[in-house]
Formats: sequence, structure tokens, C-alpha cells
Amino acid sequence: MAGDVVISLRGIRNQFGPNLVHDDLDLDLYRGEVLGVVGGSGTGKSVLLRCIAGLRPPQAGQITIFGQDALHCSEAERREIDARMGVMFQDGALFSSLTVRENVEVPLRSIRGLDAGLRRDLADLKISMSGLPYSAGDKYPSELSGGMRKRAGLARALALDPEIVFLDEPTAGLDPIGASAFDTLIRALSETLGLTVFLVTHDLDTLHATCDRIAVLAEKRVMYTGTMADMLHVEHPWVHEYFHGPRARAALDSMERTA
Amino acid sequence: MRSVAGLDAALQDLVQPGASEIMIDLSDVARMDTAGAYVLERQRAALAGQGQDLRLVNLSSDHTALLARVASAIPQPQIAPRPALSAVLLLEKLGRAVAGAGQFLLELHAMLGIFLARLFWLLRHPSEFRLTALVHHCDQVGWKAIPIVALMSFLIGVVLAFQGSVQLRQFGAEIFVIDLIAISILRELGILLTAIIVAGRTASSFTAAIGSMKMREEIDAMRTLAIDPATVLFVPRILALLITLPILGLIANVMGLFGGAMMAWIELGISPGMFLARLLEDTSARHVLVGFVKAPVFAMIIGVIGCHAGMGVGGNAESLGRQTSAAVVRSIFAVIVADALFSVFFAMMDI
Repeated sequence: MAGDVVISLRGIRNQFGPNLVHDDLDLDLYRGEVLGVVGGSGTGKSVLLRCIAGLRPPQAGQITIFGQDALHCSEAERREIDARMGVMFQDGALFSSLTVRENVEVPLRSIRGLDAGLRRDLADLKISMSGLPYSAGDKYPSELSGGMRKRAGLARALALDPEIVFLDEPTAGLDPIGASAFDTLIRALSETLGLTVFLVTHDLDTLHATCDRIAVLAEKRVMYTGTMADMLHVEHPWVHEYFHGPRARAALDSMERTA
Repeated sequence: MRSVAGLDAALQDLVQPGASEIMIDLSDVARMDTAGAYVLERQRAALAGQGQDLRLVNLSSDHTALLARVASAIPQPQIAPRPALSAVLLLEKLGRAVAGAGQFLLELHAMLGIFLARLFWLLRHPSEFRLTALVHHCDQVGWKAIPIVALMSFLIGVVLAFQGSVQLRQFGAEIFVIDLIAISILRELGILLTAIIVAGRTASSFTAAIGSMKMREEIDAMRTLAIDPATVLFVPRILALLITLPILGLIANVMGLFGGAMMAWIELGISPGMFLARLLEDTSARHVLVGFVKAPVFAMIIGVIGCHAGMGVGGNAESLGRQTSAAVVRSIFAVIVADALFSVFFAMMDI
């Protein structure tokens, strides 16, 4: 892995009242990699994502993004950082009163001097790159299926050609065919666009298919990082159960068959 | 991405009509994003249409891959023909609007019917009735509305007394200001203005509450759990209105008379004792009755329209807002129309 660190977390602490979610958590994200973050329910995967995306400042710790201190910078600097990152929320979080195309155009409006025609064309391009048919651009989010909403959310996250995208459970609730198509899409986009991907998931197939590296959240911090192969040798009971349970074995078998 | 507009303009400038081939050297390009790739590809397609050729040289392999991906993803728009505007189309629109209005009235009646049916069903099955919900809604609809209703009707009483005294003084008939205040407030204004305020407060909150449940499929979830949304959502709300609107009307009447008496005292020197004596002596109780007969009807109108609009909310936040404001406008309008019909009816019956 190229040693270029784009995001580094040091000593992150997140707390909800008496409930400590993260304590002294460290994590690095390298340029161009697809990092999968796994962990049991309630281990704060989404909280971590929201922390890095700037939606929720941690109680303690340090976040460095593109070499800049993301917690103690001016608002203008933070906006600059945000413009280089895109977030896809679990259910797309599309603006329900706008069509898909208008949703994708929202971030594009921040670019000065971009005329309406070109903005529209770029939005259409992003919609098409996310694997949606042209006709989806005119539809409202409520008229789309769950999988299409996720794709539209991805199109909006990619609108400004970010360097890092955050995906919150991209394949949850999709049928296996749709999920594997989404995996392929993420892989292809990360390769052609040179994206760095931070991916929160429960889906072992997605981990196999897309991730270069896996980070396991347990006991309030990142317990292990490493490739899929490394994970299989971890002794920690939860991690062992996760990667050796019946569902994991099925996913691994299918991997080996196709390999 | 930031400079894409400039790049596009520069590309347009580059085009010369005569040239058959244009070459762009990309060896100095350090980073290319999809927007840049798109503009290049679009220019290439546009030039190809004119028989010209755009050649990109010295590309890095990453950029070649990106250009190929963008080129393959450029969408092919399918443009549907737009129907021409014509008299037939306008007629069709008018027809649809009329049918829609009829449909709306029909749905309101259906809602009223459902409410009454569930209410009578609950009378026979009292154990199914949700008393807690009813009390909660009475608190929301009635108790919390008391300050605004009281203040408003007090001020209306003040205004009536003041305006009445100015006019009646010219005829030396100041004492009739008491009759003016009593009849107008007891018969019309007390209950009508209360209903309008409640329509604004309550119809909107019914719509918002039911609408957001509809939006998040909670109502569908209720149905699958064999819970009847009408029994759980509509009956306690409309019943709470039926109970509290007459009480609010009574408060409005008292406060309106109180405001009028205060102003009559200050402006005309009519003492509260005299005001009360003349009020009891001269004002027939039928005015109060005429006022209160309307209260349950107004309550029903507001509740039914609010609940109906809530059920009309679709899948997005905008339709929630639209239905909420529609519920307020419709219920205020319907209350005023009903009041006018009552006036005509009472006038014809000489009450």
C-alpha cells in the first residue's frame, strides 16, 4: 500500500452520556485504498463515519485530513476539506422534493461559472456512471427502489469528483444481484477515478469483493487492521466468529470457487 | 472540477472551422477528473459531427482509462415529445379539476363516515377505546389553546365596545353597546373566531402528525398489525376537538364579554354591575344556543379535513408541507362557509 496517508485519526473518544463508544481509537486511511470497517451492532461504525465527515465532533482526539487538522481549522478550510470528500448515507438521504438529477446538481451549484446546461450534463453523466438509466434523472426519490436510491446517493456523493468517499452500508437491503453489482461498481469507480473509499458494512461478500484492507472495531477501538487473509488468522473471539461463522464460510467458499 | 467552465470555453475557442484535425497535447496534465474528461469527450463528439477530428496525444494510461469510462457512460437522452397546448387540453384540465374537487368532497364524506362508524363501534366495545390518547389530544387541542383563544376574544370584545361606542354615541344610544357586544360575540364571533384559530392550530398539527406517520409507512405497519388507523388516530383526535371546541367557545364568549365590559366602563362609564344587569335582562339565551349549536359542526369539519389531508401525504417532505397548508386553508374556508349557511338557516327560521 502506498504510504500516502489521507486521513489519520488519533486518540478519538466518542461518548453519549455515560455510554462510551470509542476510546483512544487510532486509524489511518491511505490514498487509493478501499478500507472496509466492520464491527458488531453498536460498536460505533456510523458514529466514526460521522466523526470524520465532520457531522459530529469527537469529545477528544485528533483528526487529520489531507494533512490538515480537521477539528481546529477555520470554517472555510473545513468547507475546502468537505468539497474533497463525498458521503453516501445508508438510505441515500436524497432531498425528497428534488428529482434525482436536481439532487446531483445541488453540489455542482457551488461551482462558479458553470452554466446550467453543462451542470445538467455533468449530473446526467454521474447518474449514468452510478449505473442508473437515463430516465431515472427525472424521477423523485420516492419513486425509486431502495437500490436505485443508493445509486442516486452515490451519484450525488461523486458529483464533485471527491478524492475520498464514505459509504455507509452500501449493500444493506439490496438483493444479492444488486449488491454484487454495487460491489463491482465501487471497485470500478475506485480504480478509474483513483478514489479512496471508506466503507462501513456488515456484508462479508462486499468485504471480499471490494476491500483492500479491513479494520475491525471492537472494545471501543480499532482492534485489528489487515487484509482479508490476515483476518482469518486473528484469534479474538468476536473476529474469529465473524470471519469463520457459517455465513463467512459460504462467502469464502464462493470466493475460492471463482478465484 | 473547479475550472471546468474555463476549460470548456478554452476548448470552444480552439475550434477553427477549416481544420480537419485538432490535436491536444495532454502531457502536462497532472490530474484529470470526470468533468474534464466529459468536456473533452463532448467536444470530440461535437467535432466528429462536423467531420472534424479531435486527437488527444501524450495521455497517461490512467487518463486513457478515465476517458474511456466517461465516454462509455455518457447518457443517451430519450426525449419524449411534449404535447402541444390546445383548447382540448385546457378543457381536459378543467374537467380534471372539477372531477378532482368532486372526488375531494366524496373523500371528506368517506372520512366522516369512517369516523362515525368507528365511534359507534367503540360505543359498543368501550374496552377498545384509548382514553389516554383522548386525554392527550384534549390537552393538545384544548388546554394549550386556551391562552391564545382567551386573549383573542378579549381583544375582540375591546374592539367591538370601542367601535360601537364611537358610532352609538352619535345617537345618544351608548347603552345599546351592551346589546351589540353580547349578540355579536355570543351569536357569531366567539365561536367563529375560536374555530378559525383552532383550525389554524389543530388542523395543521393533525395533518403533520398523521402525514409524517404515513410518510414513514407507520400507518401501513399498523394495518399489518391488525390495528385500525381510523380507530387509533382519527377517533381520539376528532373526539377531542368535539369535546374541547365548545369549551373553548365558552371561554371565548366569557372573555369577549369581559373585554367589552372593561371597554364600556372605561370609554362610556357603564359600570360592570350595570353591564351585567342589562346583559341578563336584554339578551335572550337563544343567542348563546345559536352560537353553541355550531361548535360541534365546526369541530367535525376541522378534524375531518385535518385527518383527511394527513392521509393524503405522499412519500416526500414537500407533499407533507403542501398538505399541511392545504389543511389549514381548507378548514378555515369550510368553517366560514358553514357559518354563512348557519346564518341563512337561522334567519329563515327566525331564530
